Amino acid sequence: MKKNLLISIWMTLATTVLLGIIYPLVVTGLAQLIFPRQANGELIRAGGKIVGSSLIGQPFTSPGYFHSRPSAANGTNPAGYDAQSSSGSNLGPTNKALTDRVAASVQAMQAENPHAPVPIDLVTTSGSGLDPHITPAAAEFQVPRVARERRMSESDVQALVARHTEPRQLGFLGEPRVNVLELNLDLDGTHPMR
Amino acid sequence: MSASNLLQYGVFLAVVTVLVKPLGGYMARVFSGGRTFLDPLLCPLERRLYRMTGVDPDDEMDWKRYATAFVLFSLTGTLLLYALLRLQRFLPWFFPGSQTAPVTPDLAMNTAISFATTTTWQAYAGESTMSYTSQIAGLMVQNFLAGASGLAVGVAFIRGLAREQTSRIGNFWVDMTRSLLWVLLPISLLGSLVLVWQGVPMNWHEYTQAKMLDGGQQIIAQGPVAGFEIIKNLGTNGGGFFNANGAHPYENPTPLANFFELLAIAVLPAAFTNTFGRMIGRPRQGWLLYCVMMVLLIPGLVLCGWAEQRGNPRLKRIPGLAATMAHKQPGGNMEGKEVRFGIGGSALTAVVTSNGATGSTNSQHDSYVPLGGAIPLVNMLLGEIVFGGLGTGLYSIVMIALVGLILGGLMVGRMPEYLGKKIGPCETKYVTLYVLAGPLAILPLTAVALMTKAGLAGLATNTGEHGFTEILFAFASCFANNGQSFAGLNANTVFYNFTTAAVMMAGRFALAIPVLALAGLLASQIRRQEAINAVPTDGVLFGGLLVATALIVGGLSFFPALSLGPILEHLILK
Repeated sequence: MKKNLLISIWMTLATTVLLGIIYPLVVTGLAQLIFPRQANGELIRAGGKIVGSSLIGQPFTSPGYFHSRPSAANGTNPAGYDAQSSSGSNLGPTNKALTDRVAASVQAMQAENPHAPVPIDLVTTSGSGLDPHITPAAAEFQVPRVARERRMSESDVQALVARHTEPRQLGFLGEPRVNVLELNLDLDGTHPMR
Repeated sequence: MSASNLLQYGVFLAVVTVLVKPLGGYMARVFSGGRTFLDPLLCPLERRLYRMTGVDPDDEMDWKRYATAFVLFSLTGTLLLYALLRLQRFLPWFFPGSQTAPVTPDLAMNTAISFATTTTWQAYAGESTMSYTSQIAGLMVQNFLAGASGLAVGVAFIRGLAREQTSRIGNFWVDMTRSLLWVLLPISLLGSLVLVWQGVPMNWHEYTQAKMLDGGQQIIAQGPVAGFEIIKNLGTNGGGFFNANGAHPYENPTPLANFFELLAIAVLPAAFTNTFGRMIGRPRQGWLLYCVMMVLLIPGLVLCGWAEQRGNPRLKRIPGLAATMAHKQPGGNMEGKEVRFGIGGSALTAVVTSNGATGSTNSQHDSYVPLGGAIPLVNMLLGEIVFGGLGTGLYSIVMIALVGLILGGLMVGRMPEYLGKKIGPCETKYVTLYVLAGPLAILPLTAVALMTKAGLAGLATNTGEHGFTEILFAFASCFANNGQSFAGLNANTVFYNFTTAAVMMAGRFALAIPVLALAGLLASQIRRQEAINAVPTDGVLFGGLLVATALIVGGLSFFPALSLGPILEHLILK
């Protein structure tokens, strides 16, 4: 028993050094060398400043932008997308708060585009609260409003959306998705608000 | 579910199946002293490690010494982790502006036990509680060590069945070290780079300040995620770097990253059935266990995906909402799910991670429809026998097989026998202890939680049947050493930190110790010739017996509880 206890203590310490110091050092070194952009969070710079990450969603409220999904990650920011407190809503399907919230969101969305049904991802919160994507249907739903605000033709807006629509990986993994931040950056770059 | 989703399921299962033989054979060689291509690199390191720590690699242990070593190693790991967590303020990479939530003694105790048992139940949010040092030198190291320990116990159990007329089932230190050096470390090194390629960060910066496009500031938490992420899944641990776990874009950036992470959960436990078959000299036995796992996995997968795709009837009734699958949206129940995974990717992850004793979800299970959320719960209550935990999954499914053989033997009046070893009164005693542990740990504590103010205080988000399910899910998950949760439950309270910690220890040690005792008993037996009319344990009949036993034993134990939770909720959700 005592021999095993001593071995246990030494083994714990030795493996902590091997796995807790050497291994992360090696992985960090290789990652920073081979994939520096990804290793550092795929940050996006515009005008010399960091405006976000292509992997982390942001809230958009101005009518001239495409809007993101609702977010329950509202640590310090009531609009959500607090990247220091990722979270979902955890509302169960029988929870009245969920039904009420979604119904209110649907009504608000229909005010801006009365002719189309509201895609469900636009009124549901994501698992992380930091989802950077919306579905192509959600983007299509917002095209009329964005075209109006930026005085563009709807087909021009749709072309931009198509440019930022990622298809399924390898043709069958995941779902087609539109990166909202990158789309909005492109909008600002090519058709800035007057 | 779309055709793409079904294709994803099929390709995933196919890839796992293809990897079973090569990885199974590799692990069999590692644990039987055979030669592998990594030997020139790793043998010197292994020898140095034994010299430094005082391990005598030729000293084979009987089951009592093996179990003692296993428990002691878990204990020292737990204590070290507890110390690191409580002292994290004085250690490097602690940012007071970022780590705002305190690590209280009960939280530290719960987290230490949780990670040392591969449960990785997290009553905390990573990015606002844990410093990088705690995450890497504390939590991630335990991911490796606890995973390797579980694999060692699994190997010892196999030796119990493989050997005869000896009391020795191996050396825990050798098995654990070889698991680390030959299995977990190489795959983690390569796997972490694959994840970085797909977008998982690996840096040690302070959280990044960004000036958002539509105004306002965003502080982006990141860190040394990739190295952590791979072993999180590979060691069947599952505790995430961030609060949102696999839903967080930095832990799981793309569908391909998700697919790869799911592979990391499943391949080693799946291949271990092949290791089992090889080490006992009867590969068909291993393949039979693998087929039974598939039979138990696939219906749950289909049902979960179908239920989530069907969606929430209350939401679908809202006028003007489009919730059906169309070519530009997956539809379905998207609350708590990420767009890049949709319904298919989320359901596949839910099923693989609940079967694989891991718990690294990529969607919020608390927001699943009742039938959809019941599947992970049932998978865990079945006893983590489908793939299961690293090392532990194999002995879990064999134990259920033994239960089936005992029940069958009772029905026909014969002494049950498995692989030439008889399951007599002594052996049956340990099997019984094993089977009783689950219901005895999970159900009374769920009842206590429901009857006390402290327990009910956890229901901060949902109440009623769904709240009941949250509590049952918590204890089921902790006993299964899984660690996923219906996250609406506020579990960072003294009540839940203590009760879940107790259940986690029960799930780990109240199962592993009878298993090792049984291995010791079986190893000392002589291997008999199988009788002419014995049930062949590599045929369809035995497979059917296994499946039926798993469902009946699990059903009898837990159906009443399930009927108060997900089943009732499903009936009232209209």
